[in-house]
Amino acid sequence: MNTQPRQHVSTALFLAPYLLLFILFIVIPVLAAIVLSFTYFNAIEFPSFVGLANYVNVLTQDSVFMQYVLPNTVIFALIVGPGGYILAFILAWMLAQITKVPRTILALIIYSPSMTSGIAMAVVWSIIFSGDQSGYLNSLLMQWGMVFEPIQWLQSPQYLLAIMIVVTLWGSMGVGFLAMLSGVMNINKEIYEAGYIDGISNRFQEIIYITIPSMRPQMLFGAVMAIVQTFQAGAIGVALSGANPTPQYAGQLMVNHLEDFGFIRYEMGYAAAISVILLLFVYLFSIVARRLFADKD
Amino acid sequence: MASSFHGSRMNPDKFHLSQLKFYLFLIPLAIFMAMPIVYIFSHAFKPIDELFAYPPRFFVDKPTIQNFADLINNRSESGVPMSRYLFNSIIVTLVVVAITVFISSMAGYVLSKKKFKLKKMIFELNTLALMFVPAAVGIPTYLLIQQIGLLDTFWVHILPMLAMPVGLFLLKQFIDQIPNELIEAAQMDGAKDIQIYWKIIMPLVAPALATVAILSFQAVWNSVEASTLYINDENLKTFAFYMSTLTSDAAGNTVAGQGMAAAAALIMFLPNLVIFIILQSKVMNTMAHSGIK
Repeated sequence: MNTQPRQHVSTALFLAPYLLLFILFIVIPVLAAIVLSFTYFNAIEFPSFVGLANYVNVLTQDSVFMQYVLPNTVIFALIVGPGGYILAFILAWMLAQITKVPRTILALIIYSPSMTSGIAMAVVWSIIFSGDQSGYLNSLLMQWGMVFEPIQWLQSPQYLLAIMIVVTLWGSMGVGFLAMLSGVMNINKEIYEAGYIDGISNRFQEIIYITIPSMRPQMLFGAVMAIVQTFQAGAIGVALSGANPTPQYAGQLMVNHLEDFGFIRYEMGYAAAISVILLLFVYLFSIVARRLFADKD
Repeated sequence: MASSFHGSRMNPDKFHLSQLKFYLFLIPLAIFMAMPIVYIFSHAFKPIDELFAYPPRFFVDKPTIQNFADLINNRSESGVPMSRYLFNSIIVTLVVVAITVFISSMAGYVLSKKKFKLKKMIFELNTLALMFVPAAVGIPTYLLIQQIGLLDTFWVHILPMLAMPVGLFLLKQFIDQIPNELIEAAQMDGAKDIQIYWKIIMPLVAPALATVAILSFQAVWNSVEASTLYINDENLKTFAFYMSTLTSDAAGNTVAGQGMAAAAALIMFLPNLVIFIILQSKVMNTMAHSGIK
């Protein structure tokens, strides 16, 4: 057909705006991060090539990274990622079993923390966990006679990470949760009927053999979103404690370490190496998630 | 039907005692989730003595709108009025949401319905970019923005927010479900791509557009990154950033700032809530039918 060339022109025009911005603000920064990670760069002089030195340093010289950042990130990711994910599924599954009006209201409330920015929430949480006796938690505990002196919740290394985990979990019912909720809701009822004829006899089997397999796409989407959110979190520790680095690196996550080196110490090449490691982490976990939930046919 | 069949309990039409156990779990949890939200509302209307009352109170006793009045009349250290920040936020948000919806649906249309060489690769790349962690590439992004001369401009709020992989992803999957016959029929009648896009695709994917609009709204309305990293000119910063400065030690008004910060937090939160309530049923629709894969 002679409309073919014109078709291609309009295809290109339709695609161009998105593609240009996508390449400019997503592809190029990622490629640049990879290139910079092999250089020494202090943001003033031109970057000089140092090969794998940054990576070697991260793994062998950076005691803060090995001692605090990596363990914190792993603990944080292992609890918030799967924890938030499983919680999202359980909540979606439960919500699917009640009637429409209460379901909508409860779903909205459960989703609402994700609607607010971390910063807005940090204001609230920092009052609850405030270190003096006017902090809500301290005040409650003192009223009940459980502690006699106010606890410096947000400045004490032993509490900060735990508080960060609670706050992040609380705000983690985002897009993934919505996807799972609609996934559970839209499973064809006949599949359940068939399942019971085939010998499924309880709720647990029902979830394992019917519910989860039937909503695999939504489960995968939720998993990817959970992974990204988990590794992106970082602002919360700094917002809560009011400092980067966080007190004694107690709440230091990879994102904070990255910002510490990049924007505070101006060791850009080193920071880029950390960011490549972070991207690799996210990618690796996503592959695992894909393996778990990909269509098996 | 087997007597032990439970599946029909999903999405029930009316209340049954067996649902009670779910309520017993969900309601306390919802109360916990809602606590800070209720607190934001209540806190915003507290007079100054209640804000600092000891022991602190969760709910407001004598509500006042003084905090809002203070906030409206307040200026930043450099003399920029609060309304300027709010104005910036509203403009940036409107522009970003509108453009994001358009460019992702346009790209989604051709990626779904057209045949061309790089199609598969582009969508693969986009799916990979779902995992994109902006914070991880903060430094290269900063250098890039510096190189193309966007530092300290209004555009830096807008341009980096426009390409949203999750938006294109959802829209493309949703457009996949529109039958090809519909588009072929329109082409027979002599419709050009722009007409097909505007008259067929756009109306049919309205729920998905609503979802993308919400996601993009939340990303841009709450964002402080551009104001913190790329902008020095106080006149160009946004409300989310302004709010974060209200209680900071640097401004030296940690006490006076509390009331205003409480009011600002409410102003930040409300649009999110309203938009989500209006569009929520459409969002749920998208998630179910887009065959997210």
